Amino acid sequence: MQDHILSIVTFAPLLGALIILLIRGDSEEAVAKNSRWVALWVSGVTFAVSLLLWTNFERGTAEFQFVEEVEWMPSLGLSYRMGVDGISVLFVLLSTLLTPICIISSWAAVNKRVKEYMVSFLILETMMVGMFCALDIVVFYIFFEGVLIPMFLIIGVWGGARRVYAAFKLFLYTLAGSVLMLVAILAMYSFAGTTDITTLMTTTFPSEMQKWLWIAFFASFAVKVPMWPVHTWLPDAHVEAPTAGSVILAGVLLKMGAYGFLRFSLPMMPEASVYFTPLVYTLSIIAVIYTSLVALAQEDMKKLIAYSSVAHMGYVTIGIFAANQQGIEGAIYQMLSHGVVSAALFLCVGVVYDRMHTRMIAAYGGVVDKMPVYALMFMVFMLASVGLPGTGGFVGEFLVLVGAFKANTWVAALAATGMVLGAAYMLYLYRKVIFGKLEKDDVKALLDLNWREKAVFAPLIILTLWMGIYPPSFLDIMSASVSNLITNYETAIAASNAAPMFAQVFGQ
Amino acid sequence: MITTDLSMALPEIFLACSATVLLMYGAYAGNKTAGFVSALSVAVIAVAFGLIFFGDQKQGLAFGGLFVVDAYANYMKLVALTASGFGILMTQRFVEREGMARFEIPVLMVLATLGMMMMISSNDLMSLYVGLELQSLALYVIAAIRRENLRSSEAGLKYFVLGALSSGMLLYGCSMIYGFTGTTDFDTLGTVISGLVAGDQSPQVGLVVGLVFVCAAIAFKISAVPFHMWTPDVYEGAPTPVTAFFASAPKVAAIALFARLLSDPFGSLVAEWQQIIVFVALASMILGSLAAIKQTNIKRLMAYSSIGNIGYALVGLAAGTQAGVEGLVIYMTIYIFMNMGTFACILSMRQKGNMVEGIDDLKGLSKTSPAMALALTIFMFSMAGIPPLAGFFAKYVVFAAAVDAGLTTLAVIGILTSVIGAFYYLRIIKVMYFDEPSGSFDKPIGAEMTLVLTVTTAFVVFFILFSSPIMDGAAVAASALFAG
Repeated sequence: MQDHILSIVTFAPLLGALIILLIRGDSEEAVAKNSRWVALWVSGVTFAVSLLLWTNFERGTAEFQFVEEVEWMPSLGLSYRMGVDGISVLFVLLSTLLTPICIISSWAAVNKRVKEYMVSFLILETMMVGMFCALDIVVFYIFFEGVLIPMFLIIGVWGGARRVYAAFKLFLYTLAGSVLMLVAILAMYSFAGTTDITTLMTTTFPSEMQKWLWIAFFASFAVKVPMWPVHTWLPDAHVEAPTAGSVILAGVLLKMGAYGFLRFSLPMMPEASVYFTPLVYTLSIIAVIYTSLVALAQEDMKKLIAYSSVAHMGYVTIGIFAANQQGIEGAIYQMLSHGVVSAALFLCVGVVYDRMHTRMIAAYGGVVDKMPVYALMFMVFMLASVGLPGTGGFVGEFLVLVGAFKANTWVAALAATGMVLGAAYMLYLYRKVIFGKLEKDDVKALLDLNWREKAVFAPLIILTLWMGIYPPSFLDIMSASVSNLITNYETAIAASNAAPMFAQVFGQ
Repeated sequence: MITTDLSMALPEIFLACSATVLLMYGAYAGNKTAGFVSALSVAVIAVAFGLIFFGDQKQGLAFGGLFVVDAYANYMKLVALTASGFGILMTQRFVEREGMARFEIPVLMVLATLGMMMMISSNDLMSLYVGLELQSLALYVIAAIRRENLRSSEAGLKYFVLGALSSGMLLYGCSMIYGFTGTTDFDTLGTVISGLVAGDQSPQVGLVVGLVFVCAAIAFKISAVPFHMWTPDVYEGAPTPVTAFFASAPKVAAIALFARLLSDPFGSLVAEWQQIIVFVALASMILGSLAAIKQTNIKRLMAYSSIGNIGYALVGLAAGTQAGVEGLVIYMTIYIFMNMGTFACILSMRQKGNMVEGIDDLKGLSKTSPAMALALTIFMFSMAGIPPLAGFFAKYVVFAAAVDAGLTTLAVIGILTSVIGAFYYLRIIKVMYFDEPSGSFDKPIGAEMTLVLTVTTAFVVFFILFSSPIMDGAAVAASALFAG
């Protein structure tokens, strides 16, 4: 089992999906019930198995671990290669943790076509986990793109009123970016003769080619992160997606782009990364400031949190391209904490949406009187999103800002304004929804969290506080891989005459 | 000597004899035996498949260099036979329901298949023409087989007139080539042309003009832009199973012939024909993806989809390398499975005994026939080139060859058109899954439809796991073409 643990974690959900497909029953109700239980068990067991990655992962080494390799399509040079290092292993755990949470949270909220819903979620889990484990660039691409199929269906079938528009936008935006990456992958294969990620990391591509490759990869990852100005699919997708869809979208899918930067752009195209760093900084700062302002003006809770996600991911890209230990560790940390916190915030919205069937901020007010436990939980996640010390959000943002400060003080100063704005819109949201006078009749009829909802929030609260109070548990896992990445990056840059774009203008 | 020659053409001879026998049988026994003749035709195709697959034929030239048997020919014949087999299999129930059951239909399809096999194995401009005409004549008739139906007759007439025009162009091109090289034999042609190139002489204008005419004629047959105009009308007008047949088997044969002609005798003129193929591929991909967006009839949509798909296949040919031909071969193999599967779904679109063809008729299919909706969804995602389905690997191999050959711009534009293409494939999925049902389709869809759907769906889904027979076969086939 040790040798194939990554394959087991990746494909167990797929097996579960097949089992659910085979479920037959007398009534629709019976099929739905069985599908829910099978999905929960499968994803729960998958999570339990994936915990072995946590316990058995050897800290302090940058090597890929749990490596598997099987020859697959030799005539195309493809092999099925899997492995995780300190950068990817935590994302695997994040994916396996969020899937069962999603399934529990959809327990009562989804009651049409439950069987197909659960199948989609389990396939989605396979794609997400596989993507973080892949050590072959084409295998990576297959999982990266494969995510679109279940996500398209989840938004399109179980989504809100404008679900068709949102599903198409998500699919086509992402696909347009990704196919350019595919061409870049083909060009890399043509140049290096292999699709093995570890070999490609040590291949030096000519600097002109690096720029083109970088742009192509950027097209794909920037859409996925999403970076300004290609972020517009995200608010639509979030608003229309069912709660669990938003959770996965914010929790894991947004991380795929940033993970791509770390796995491909920096190690494989270091010179181009240096060259384009000013571009990334600019777009990220615009994202942080502009989308925070946009978030302030939202009337829809999900849209507000969606825009806040764009802003938070702006920190992540700044941290990655600061390319120092604090910056990259902060970026990864921010992704993990954002994965937990934004997922939890969407679940919070889902809780009241299930009761009131509206996401408009104006429809609420005084919820604390009726739902004190809910108000408490919401507060923890809201403060974590703001970046209050003691929560996971603080560690990530702080490290990113330290890293950015070391790289470029202006970037750090501008990015820091985002923290103020972040506090403004989150506190505004919280005040409008939770506090205020209890006037509206439907709000008066609200019931507090039931045991299932508490069970959903409990692990997320524990994680948020754990990440805020004792970061070394997580930083120890990633630090060796991150410092290895930075060493290689700096060696590669020193060996070339890489310079950022407009270097003459800015006199660097 | 003649026995060796005959044994090399055994599958073709078997098909020819069987078609004649079936024709005689049908003529005497009448139309009531159409079902039996159809079943026998499928069996005949299966036997021919077996003869090639299991047979240990001698490879090389036969009939004085007119006919060639090599790994490439064998592979492409297997693909064409698979497509024909599926095509005939799906036809019978349809024609019975529509009250147009005639024993000639399967027999003509077998004859068309024979023509395709001749095309694939031709090693001379003359045998090429004979094979092409045999195939085309049979197809003209089945396009217009519903002669009481205005649209079917129109389709047949259009197909005939344009097909005859393209045949004329082909002949004209062949005569130009013959006039300037003094031979019609592929091997001698290759020697003459490579001699010209090696001697640093530029090829005569007449030779190039002849080549352009031949390319244009074949572009007609595979419905590549700018010679695609007949496709939507013929696809829409012809009876649906005939459309399914048109969209698959003849294209495999014509593409196979195209690749052999360009890489073998004209291999040293890459610089001359590459620009043509690049243009045709680009134009087909762009038109195929843009024009399909507005379609409301699913058969017309599939016509544009097939134009686009031919464009992608030609990307492999445009590379002008062995990897390119390998990609092309893999592309066509995967394409016929996706295509046949999709048409099996279209053929099952019957409401209250009548065939329907509107995309809107698929509304809510995921509720009324979940299995069929799932299958069609898989085909649509596959056609859009989304991994992990087979269609992704089809695109992967051709674009990999193009990038490897330095045609990056072609690859970038081509792959962006696939995003536009994804839009209309997604639209079908949207109609099936996101919309509410308007009416349900008649059930059951029939055992042979279920069989075709199961086989093609399994192929598209499990290609990722069991691709090696096709990958290896294509590699051997492509290397056979480039060995000489």
